[in-house]
Amino acid sequence: METIEQLVNKKYEYGFVTEVEEETIPRGLNEDIVRLISSIKKEPEWMLEWRLKAYRHWLTMEEPVWPNVHYPKIDYNNLYYYSAPKIKPKLDNLSEVDPELLLTYEKLGISLQEQKRLTGVAVDAIFDSVSVATTYKEKLYEMGIIFCSFSEALREHPELVKKYMGSVVPYSDNYFATLNSAVFSDGSFCYIPPGVHCPMELSTYFRINASETGQFERTLIIADKGAHVSYLEGCTAPIRDTNQLHAAVVELVALEDGEIKYSTVQNWYAGDKDGKGGIYNFVTKRGICSGDNSKISWTQVETGSAITWKYPGVILKGDNSIGEFYSVAVVNNYQQADTGTKMIHIGKNTKSTIISKGISAGHGDNTYRGLVKVGKKASNSRNYTQCDSMLMGNKCSANTFPYIEVKNTTSNVEHEASTSKIGEDQIFYCKQRGMNAENAISMIVNGFAKEVFKNLPMEFAVEAQKLLGISLEGSVG
Amino acid sequence: MLQINNLYAAVTGKKILNGITLTVNPGEVHAVMGPNGSGKSTLAQILAGHPAYEILDGEIIYEGQNLIALEAEKRSQAGLFLAFQYPVEIPGVSNSYFLKTGLNEIRKSRGEQPLDAMEFLKLIREKMKLVEMNESFINRPVNHGYSGGEKKRNEILQMAVLEPKLAILDETDSGLDIDALKVVANGVNKLRSKDRSMIVVTHYQRLLNYIVPDFVHVLMNGRIVKSGGKELALELEAFGYDKIKEEFVNGVNA
Ligand SMILES: Nc1ncnc2c1ncn2[C@@H]1O[C@H](COP(=O)(O)OP(=O)(O)OP(=O)(O)O)[C@@H](O)[C@H]1O
Ligand SMILES: [Mg+2]
Repeated sequence: METIEQLVNKKYEYGFVTEVEEETIPRGLNEDIVRLISSIKKEPEWMLEWRLKAYRHWLTMEEPVWPNVHYPKIDYNNLYYYSAPKIKPKLDNLSEVDPELLLTYEKLGISLQEQKRLTGVAVDAIFDSVSVATTYKEKLYEMGIIFCSFSEALREHPELVKKYMGSVVPYSDNYFATLNSAVFSDGSFCYIPPGVHCPMELSTYFRINASETGQFERTLIIADKGAHVSYLEGCTAPIRDTNQLHAAVVELVALEDGEIKYSTVQNWYAGDKDGKGGIYNFVTKRGICSGDNSKISWTQVETGSAITWKYPGVILKGDNSIGEFYSVAVVNNYQQADTGTKMIHIGKNTKSTIISKGISAGHGDNTYRGLVKVGKKASNSRNYTQCDSMLMGNKCSANTFPYIEVKNTTSNVEHEASTSKIGEDQIFYCKQRGMNAENAISMIVNGFAKEVFKNLPMEFAVEAQKLLGISLEGSVG
Repeated sequence: MLQINNLYAAVTGKKILNGITLTVNPGEVHAVMGPNGSGKSTLAQILAGHPAYEILDGEIIYEGQNLIALEAEKRSQAGLFLAFQYPVEIPGVSNSYFLKTGLNEIRKSRGEQPLDAMEFLKLIREKMKLVEMNESFINRPVNHGYSGGEKKRNEILQMAVLEPKLAILDETDSGLDIDALKVVANGVNKLRSKDRSMIVVTHYQRLLNYIVPDFVHVLMNGRIVKSGGKELALELEAFGYDKIKEEFVNGVNA
């Protein structure tokens, strides 16, 4: 009789390598490298100073050991910190993009061809260290929306960058964010002016292509007063048997009545079935609801990465502001994830909701780590946390570490947790009704994660469901 | 249709079935009765291909094929249906999505076109009328939060939609109120045909007033100790299992 463990794993379909000429700077990390990156990007002096401050601070820091993940020590001096496809210095037009790159994105299902407007999604594509194309830019610009690469924002809108960069995640925040602050290469920038509701999903696609190259991008999104925006991030990487480091920083700022919805479908290469290769995804994501009645919502579907370490959080500073975190994290084979959220309630009547669905299969190790902090002045604040884990087979594990601190008496924090085992009986029931084991698992797991999927923009929800099925194929016993 | 020859089976090392022999011809309805723990559900689960049970000896031939070699879904695709004694909950998955996926897999295996959402909706509505189920169940998660009786009715709905050749009903009557019992029995009777066979596991002769069986078998300690016509159920109702046990023991010793 076939056990589910015996079913074959589907191959990672984005694992190809693109042959483009890359411009890479020497290996290693020192002040000269930091200066070199800054000068390649023709950055203003203050930016270089900021990077150097971060670098010097990083030298004094220790790599964190508290997350429940295990990996061999990373030799930071042996990595490449900048790699870019050799292209003309400025890209105004898609015809200037290397056709190989366009082909790569097409293979990934992301069309940069502006003709293909059907999807209604504006895409900023990041290939290794640089942003190669931003679609729909002009159309958005007419509405006052700035959506461009981080480097371009530094050139064209330095005042905005200077004002908000580091305002949510300071350069000294944590080991990986500080490293990012020193060597970040590019990223996406988005500014929605007061009162404007962005008419389409904005999207960034990250692709790590070059080997032994760290990817350090920054994303900065600002919703000015009354502005709304929905943003999607997608990621893939080629299959390589060495681990690659991805240490990104994402900062979100929502001013009064502003709303930001940030969705991630993360499908980095997770390593093979024996745990070889894969992306180390050490990411700092944080938003601040700085104005009253503002709202920030994180939705993430994490299926890739050998190791995931991320805690998208919201600082609820404005009164009546709302923070949300919806997450599905899947670990299979030897993947490890330590992920969760931080909700910091500062303003009055602030509300946060956390729905976390962890799925562990194979030898996967899945940890939810969440902090809910309610300050003295955050009267009448509410948090609701629901943390569900699903285990497949008996070699995987799930852990939940909720940290709760409440400093006033009018607030209410609620935490619910459950662990279930995807049962032989559930699978048998589906099979008895004609489905094979893979369909059965995909159905059961998608049912489990439904509350999160319904928060994703439609077309991405479909993609995420497929992804979940694929990443769990052949995973249960 | 189905032939079980001298079947021995165990679960977690414990022997449960001790030599079952049973033949079911097309169109026949067989009732299986027997005390708690005698192995009725075990037999049903083994027929449907539950991986937890180990076949120690014997054979099961279904429509000329060796059933034991088939994966559970292949059995389903070959027209074998089990209404579970304890229907399984699948949170977050709607009844219609679940059943449509199953039905279309079965159709695919037979080289038939899948039903699209509209066609399926029409079908499920029709079948819901048959078992008098409220349409709200179309979108409710599979068995999750249903009452005991609702779960049983849902099993019959699934049977009606999948139209199996051999249906095994494991205590579908337990937990049903009198009205529901009639509805379910009525649903089952409508599905009776000369090519469709049924094995009905029950504790109550009452059900057999509605679903009149061709044969009644009594299962004890993992073997069929007595077989007869529908009057055997009445006899059981009147005298309980002790009499049969005695007869059987005497018979074996004689
Ligand atoms: N998965 C299992 N693990 C351990 N024991 C089992 C398992 N399945 C069945 N058994 C045991 O096998 C015996 C027969 O169980 P079975 O469920 O087939 O009985 P049944 O005739 O259907 O009883 P009931 O009328 O109560 O439904 C019981 O003693 C039961 O405890
Ligand atoms: Mg039983």
